[in-house]
Amino acid sequence: MTEKIPVVENILSANDALAEQIHAQLDQAGVLALNFMASPGGGKTSVILRTVQALMDEIRIGVMDGDIVEIDLRELAALGIPVSLINTGGQCHLDANMVHRALPSMNLAALDLLIIENVGNLICPAAFKLGVHRNVVIASVPEGDDKPYKYPGMFRGADVLLLNKMDLQEYMGFNVDYFRQGVEALNPGVAFFPVSCRTGEGLDAWFAWLRGQLDSRSAAG
Amino acid sequence: MHELGVTQSILEIALRHANQVEAARIKEVSLVIGELSSIVDDSVQFYWDMISEGTIAHGAVLRFTRIPATLRCQECGNEFPLNQRDYACPTCGSSRVVVAGGEEFYLESIDVDLAEPQPGS
Repeated sequence: MTEKIPVVENILSANDALAEQIHAQLDQAGVLALNFMASPGGGKTSVILRTVQALMDEIRIGVMDGDIVEIDLRELAALGIPVSLINTGGQCHLDANMVHRALPSMNLAALDLLIIENVGNLICPAAFKLGVHRNVVIASVPEGDDKPYKYPGMFRGADVLLLNKMDLQEYMGFNVDYFRQGVEALNPGVAFFPVSCRTGEGLDAWFAWLRGQLDSRSAAG
Repeated sequence: MHELGVTQSILEIALRHANQVEAARIKEVSLVIGELSSIVDDSVQFYWDMISEGTIAHGAVLRFTRIPATLRCQECGNEFPLNQRDYACPTCGSSRVVVAGGEEFYLESIDVDLAEPQPGS
């Protein structure tokens, strides 16, 4: 005879459980972890480079990069910080398992901040928890002001949103109000920083936000 | 795309729950997927047929209940479909809206054949 067995279990429960384990491991080591997500070319690596350069005299930073080649990592390694490639083998997103496997390559005891650069993609990475403390989403002006409307999942999951390449705004006709209206509907009150990694515009506000996150952690710990 | 990994997770959950009741066969798997989640039904069934081979789940039919993405207006309470150009409330025009549905992503139930009691055992 056929019987219906109620289950009601999140499909990604195994990933979520592993993400919680990673989260606990990071907490124990006193490391603040950020998951950087953006489309390819949105400026993940540029923001990370700028951030490392601005903060590396104050705190100890490591970067893990979900990628198939080491091009971005070499630039970061040249700054003299610990870096590690999470080889994604062409996957469309990082998941908790990939981070978990790559984590032993980082000496967490020697870090204050761990930046994880996700695969360039506005769809899939949003669905997979990695166990980090904050999701950082980077949009950029040339992508267009309609991105929150086309990729709601990504903008909904952001804890902080950077709008990069603001130096191009006048050439692209990017409507910041329309962009923000979409973001606010999905994610009310999310921290928002318009920046340009090329000119440096707006980056100080982002650094200040990040320092605040680090301070509140060390105060809590 | 990531449907293979998602399908593996679904299979693992279904088999775990089927084993708990000592089922002989899984006939059907019911999934509830919000529109804001990104998976393709046909691909999941395709991978399912491949990776479930040799398990009690082989041949099971996957049923997808799709939940539309909706917004709720915080001014007038109106609920409306999330349209991809404009998030303002179509009734009162307010842009104070919140996501009300579409984020579901879970395995709701499985239909199983329970094992026949063995005579004499």
